[in-house]
Amino acid sequence: MNYSVDADGYYGDYGGAFIPEMLFPNVDELKTKYREIIERSAFQKEFHHLLKHYVGRPTPLYHARRLSEKIGANIYLKREDLCHTGAHKINNTIGQILLAKHMGKSRIIAETGAGQHGVATAAVCALMGMECVVFMGAVDIKRQAPNVARMKMLGAQVQPATCGSQTLKDATNEAIRDWINHPQETHYIIGSVVGPHPYPDMVSLFQSVISQEVKNQLKSIEGREQPDYLIACVGGGSNAAGLFYHYLNNLEVGIYCVEAAGHGIETDQSAATTKLGKPGIIHGCKTLLMQNTDGQIQEPHSISAGLDYPGIGPLFAHLSDTQRATFRAVKDQDAMRWGLELSKLEGIIPAIETAHALALLETETFKTDDVIVLGCSGRGDKDLETYINYFGL
Amino acid sequence: MNRLDTLFETDKKILSIYFTAGYPKLEDTVPILTELQDAGVDLIEIGLPFSDPLADGPTIQYSSTQALQNGMQSNVLFEQLKNIRDNIHIPLIIMGYFNPILQYGVDHFCHQCQQVDIDGLIIPDLPFDVYGQSYESIFKKHALKNIFLITPQTPAERVQMIDEKSNSFLYMVSSASVTGAKNKFDEKAISYFKKINELQLKSPKLIGFGISHHTTYELASKYAEGVIIGSAFIDFLKKNRIQDISQFIKLIRSN
Repeated sequence: MNYSVDADGYYGDYGGAFIPEMLFPNVDELKTKYREIIERSAFQKEFHHLLKHYVGRPTPLYHARRLSEKIGANIYLKREDLCHTGAHKINNTIGQILLAKHMGKSRIIAETGAGQHGVATAAVCALMGMECVVFMGAVDIKRQAPNVARMKMLGAQVQPATCGSQTLKDATNEAIRDWINHPQETHYIIGSVVGPHPYPDMVSLFQSVISQEVKNQLKSIEGREQPDYLIACVGGGSNAAGLFYHYLNNLEVGIYCVEAAGHGIETDQSAATTKLGKPGIIHGCKTLLMQNTDGQIQEPHSISAGLDYPGIGPLFAHLSDTQRATFRAVKDQDAMRWGLELSKLEGIIPAIETAHALALLETETFKTDDVIVLGCSGRGDKDLETYINYFGL
Repeated sequence: MNRLDTLFETDKKILSIYFTAGYPKLEDTVPILTELQDAGVDLIEIGLPFSDPLADGPTIQYSSTQALQNGMQSNVLFEQLKNIRDNIHIPLIIMGYFNPILQYGVDHFCHQCQQVDIDGLIIPDLPFDVYGQSYESIFKKHALKNIFLITPQTPAERVQMIDEKSNSFLYMVSSASVTGAKNKFDEKAISYFKKINELQLKSPKLIGFGISHHTTYELASKYAEGVIIGSAFIDFLKKNRIQDISQFIKLIRSN
């Protein structure tokens, strides 16, 4: 079994590029050029220079001693929360803005849910002196006010998406429409491993710096490159794709994907796509998605805006079908409890997305000598208000 | 004989109207079709609403959302169209995004189209190459034509390839935009129309996007076999009675 994208942009049955003809030249240009541009040594040099000096990589692989004692296993946190702008998202925006520059684009658009990808995009646009428009659901603009302010400070224009449920799905629709309206000068920086080919593969490539570092770090700490288990939360799947990248074809490494169950997968307030979804087309890509019998896309729910998406990256639909990865769904309440738990145990306030991955630790059985690497994808600063309201802090 | 073949046998400029099935009211689909035919429209595109219409501007997003709230879905549409050929004799096309059709089952959907005697489909997010690889045989089995889009960004070689493959008209998108975004043609659009005409394609062309009144209708008609109007008609339906549709058509056709 191969878990890499094939020549047509598919992972097994999933992927492809289901885009209107208006976007064909843009997506085709990307598809033809992305690998070649990324592999240029000048590109690699600039990319890694920025990752080191601007983002602050490599991020630590931190042995969480008290957490390990509590769970009874060797748990390492891959500290993507320490990246500049507060999450792994910037690995991808650095890569894509360099790509946009190489393709001669002058204007950048992006979608954002919680605002992390929006902030990471706004930051690199400021860095490169490029025009930046971020589409964000009107509902998310209200519930993520600090990130909206950050994007504005960074010089981005934040454009509210007022259609549909006014969240991430609708922000993505608006970004795609903007791209149709401005095809020549604009590059669309998608924030997750979703969208038409080559986006899922391209974003995975940029995020793969995470698993490359884990390999090196684990080698020097534990004397081995591979952990027993990898754990990451999955909305679209960008941090998980990065953490798993170099291990996907190594079947000795167990992989856990944690989705947001919301109020529970038996309710209609959930975002656990592999449990509730069926194959279909969303945002230009064939994948599992939550939809009704008529093929209308359903509104998901998760307390974490970053996991509040009715689809999932095509790689993950494939990992689910082939059972290469084990998928679990964690409820809002358990994620919130684990957000607080990690804060108290390790002095690290995680993003609520990350807290979903943490909550898995208590439901699975591990051996005491198991080496587990958990993707600490983002910091909880952006979620303070949710934490405050939830716990009455 | 497919009605879309005979449609282009005359020199008459074709006027095609798009509307969203189930809008403004669920049961308006058939009355709107009847009024449009009576008003002398040559071809009608029946929009199957979708929750996430990527290539559409606010007007068609709105009508789609309303239609879905009214209860429109594939089954309901086919039920409404069951006896449509008793009265409607002009060509009919269903225009919809791919996911609802995929969920219905492409073969089943095409079969139902054939049952109610639909002439063709426009699926904006079903790419040309994917259609050729996976779905062309199904469309042919059910005597359905698939209408391809070309846009100002489509390279000339690709336009020619699409033209070669097309067995009906080409939907010529007038500018780089979603639907309903513009209401006049700039010089860029005109030079694009001219460029396409120079290619001497075998397929007839209908120009869509940006046609909302007589002036744009006239202008576009000069460069193609006809035009398609969508958002402007939806806007009309928003504010006017279905019985007044002939007024709208009259204003488009003449000063």
